[in-house]
Amino acid sequence: MRIKALLPLLLFLILAVALGIGLTLKPREIPSALLEKPVPAFSLPNLEGSADHFTDEDLRQGQVTVVNVFASWCAPCRVEHPYLTALAQDHDVALYGINYKDKPADAQRFLSKLGNPYLKIGADVNGRVGIDWGVYGVPETFVIDGHGGIVYKHIGPINTGDVEAKILPMIEKARHRTAKVQDQ
Amino acid sequence: MTVEIGHFSLILAFALAVIQGSLPLWGAVRSDRRLMTVASGAAIGQLLFVVISFLCLMNAYIVSDFSVLNVVANSHSQKPLLYKISGVWGNHEGSLLLWVLILALFGAAVDLWGRNLPLSFKARVLGVQALIATGFYLFILLTSNPFERVFPVPLEGRGLNPLLQDPGLAFHPPFLYLGYVGLSIAFSFAVAALIEGRVDPVWARWVRPWTLAAWVFLTIGIALGSWWAYYELGWGGWWFWDPVENASFMPWLVATALLHSAIVVEKRDSLKSWTVLLAIIAFSFSLLGTFLVRSGVLTSVHAFATDPERGVFILIFLCLVIGGSLTLYALKSGQLQPGGLFAPFSREGALVFNNLLLSVSTATVLLGTLYPLFLDAVTGDKVSVGPPYFNGTFIPLMIPLVIAMGVAPHLSWKRADVGAVWGRLRVVSVLSVIAALVTAYLNSKGPVMAVAGVGLGVWLLLATLQDFFAKLRLTSLRAESGGLQGAAKRVRHLPKSVWGMTFAHGGMAILILGVTASSSWQTEVLDIVKPGDVLHVAGYDFTFTGVEPVAGPNYTALRGHIQVTKNGVAVKALQPESRTYFNPPMETTEAAIHSMPGGDLFAVVGERQTRGEAEGDRWAVRLYHKPLLPWLWAGAALMVLGGLVSLTDRRLRVGAPKKRMGHHGGTNAH
Repeated sequence: MRIKALLPLLLFLILAVALGIGLTLKPREIPSALLEKPVPAFSLPNLEGSADHFTDEDLRQGQVTVVNVFASWCAPCRVEHPYLTALAQDHDVALYGINYKDKPADAQRFLSKLGNPYLKIGADVNGRVGIDWGVYGVPETFVIDGHGGIVYKHIGPINTGDVEAKILPMIEKARHRTAKVQDQ
Repeated sequence: MTVEIGHFSLILAFALAVIQGSLPLWGAVRSDRRLMTVASGAAIGQLLFVVISFLCLMNAYIVSDFSVLNVVANSHSQKPLLYKISGVWGNHEGSLLLWVLILALFGAAVDLWGRNLPLSFKARVLGVQALIATGFYLFILLTSNPFERVFPVPLEGRGLNPLLQDPGLAFHPPFLYLGYVGLSIAFSFAVAALIEGRVDPVWARWVRPWTLAAWVFLTIGIALGSWWAYYELGWGGWWFWDPVENASFMPWLVATALLHSAIVVEKRDSLKSWTVLLAIIAFSFSLLGTFLVRSGVLTSVHAFATDPERGVFILIFLCLVIGGSLTLYALKSGQLQPGGLFAPFSREGALVFNNLLLSVSTATVLLGTLYPLFLDAVTGDKVSVGPPYFNGTFIPLMIPLVIAMGVAPHLSWKRADVGAVWGRLRVVSVLSVIAALVTAYLNSKGPVMAVAGVGLGVWLLLATLQDFFAKLRLTSLRAESGGLQGAAKRVRHLPKSVWGMTFAHGGMAILILGVTASSSWQTEVLDIVKPGDVLHVAGYDFTFTGVEPVAGPNYTALRGHIQVTKNGVAVKALQPESRTYFNPPMETTEAAIHSMPGGDLFAVVGERQTRGEAEGDRWAVRLYHKPLLPWLWAGAALMVLGGLVSLTDRRLRVGAPKKRMGHHGGTNAH
């Protein structure tokens, strides 16, 4: 056996190790420029048509909130919907929604079919507020402390593992931070 | 019911693959004829069952059987029939079923066309094929079953991405897969040859047609994908160095290298170890491409449907197939006898140079594609590698390659005479330099690459034609070479492989000219217009006359009307559309393209811009003039034609005589 003949195998093994590590990484976890920053100022018309707009003020009321960006045309949003509903019901979380680039009628049909776990939903019909939030694609989910500071951003659908492993710890972190600021 | 038949057929095909991947290989070790002949029946049986399975899934799509999860997720009852059918492979599960269908097709083809292969060799080739197939069947059955039912049955499907509802894209994946899977044959031949410890010109003659066919399919597949990107994505680009594009481009580069090095094995019994390695690597890149696209390691943030479990499965499979074959290579390649020697300046030398450059350029593409992954693994930084890297590394490597492409056909085997070659190419060289200088003069403010591109394109075209006419000896119509009749006879008797090479190299030259002109001298105008406005682009006058709503079968659209005139003479009415699909709701732009030999006119209409009552509605439009862009497709088509013509070469059909070793390769190294 010639040493030279081993070279392709060695190169492949290096590549395989890198690919293996690559699988454990999450290319989707793009660091948000907004992390640790206050939420952008915004005011969105209420999806249900009432005069009660969804604004950044809603996110500064002293309680931890979760903001979910969704759309009726987005299949992964349907996938994550049950988990979001469970999150809102079982873990006492204030869940708000941004309905992204969607027709309000379609969104309401989506919610009447699957249930509406949101306290309030803003209709971002043209995606303008989505730009301020740095939305790459739907769904995205933000965890926000009681003073409107973004603690965590989740890109892509939430599933069971994500709720336990990421969302709940981040909500806990946000609660600590809210309490700390209030103590000062 | 048919859905279950499809599922069971797939399981039966899997069982046959397990048999085909074990008994014949064992039989080849034991020299047991009965065990070895099992391979033939199993290969045909596999094809039968996979075809049944595929037709069952296709049927579920055609009748819109929404009790099948895969159909719900990817189809819709309102979709045109063509896209219902193309929806079968427009998704992960179905595309894998297409993959195994083609794999089974090629396996059966090896069995049918390989009647003159030695029995033990054929048993090994089909055995290795079956091992690859086994991995794919397992992958489908365990992680990606297209026949999964869903209950309760939805009333309507969730549609297919409307961007994918396009004839160019409907046939893009099947051709790519034909190419990828075709390379598996070269791989199986290489592994079988390593097991037997023997590679000779006969082997090369068996491998060449399969590689050539795979290369033709890959070329068609890549060109279709590129064409689709050009007219569908709406920004006029045709190649983006996207990881998914690179995944198909790398096997093409390696297949091109393999195609050329196999010639050296066939004609000169040399470069054997390298050619075997290339055959392994070519298919490895096909698998790697599948891994990159399917596992989600590199996909964009919008591809949420990828599944890490599948990634783990493919990675294990990659390690078994690539790791296993490269281990075999490390152990056995030493047994391959080195063949004939040759001087650096010779046909062989030029082909080695070609292989070197193609391999290095494949490596640069691989590095650029995987660099974000490596960096993320090592430092955790997120980066993306874009066209500047690829253009900066890949194009410089292509320059010497194109120069060599012009010279190589003029070289003789073993040792070429520098003086004679210069004598033949002198005029062509001078003409190419003149072409480059004229370009430089006319293009004094334009990009430097334009000068190099024109020079290289003209060089390759003329050098290829020069070689062709030299082989025909059309210049000597004198009596002793038979006059006109003699020339006609020479045209008829010229080997098809020479025609093939001339078409392929000439196609490459035309493609280079198209790429150079369209990227260097493109004119782009972006504006917001109201009906009646006139825009001037590259000597053409575009009059925007308005927008009307239109309805398609599963979308509504706004159609813009643009009249194009040149010096007052009507050229074409362009009607670009901006479509809104119902299900899933999505907007796409349909560019209007008018192709002329000298270039394309390209128009896109965008969103309505409302600016108050007084001014009325305005529309964003993008207009391009892309000189020589059609040459790109013409060049690719010529390359495909070259491959097809070369496939009809008599040598490849007749097959090699059993022993051709003795009379050449006399100057062995030992």
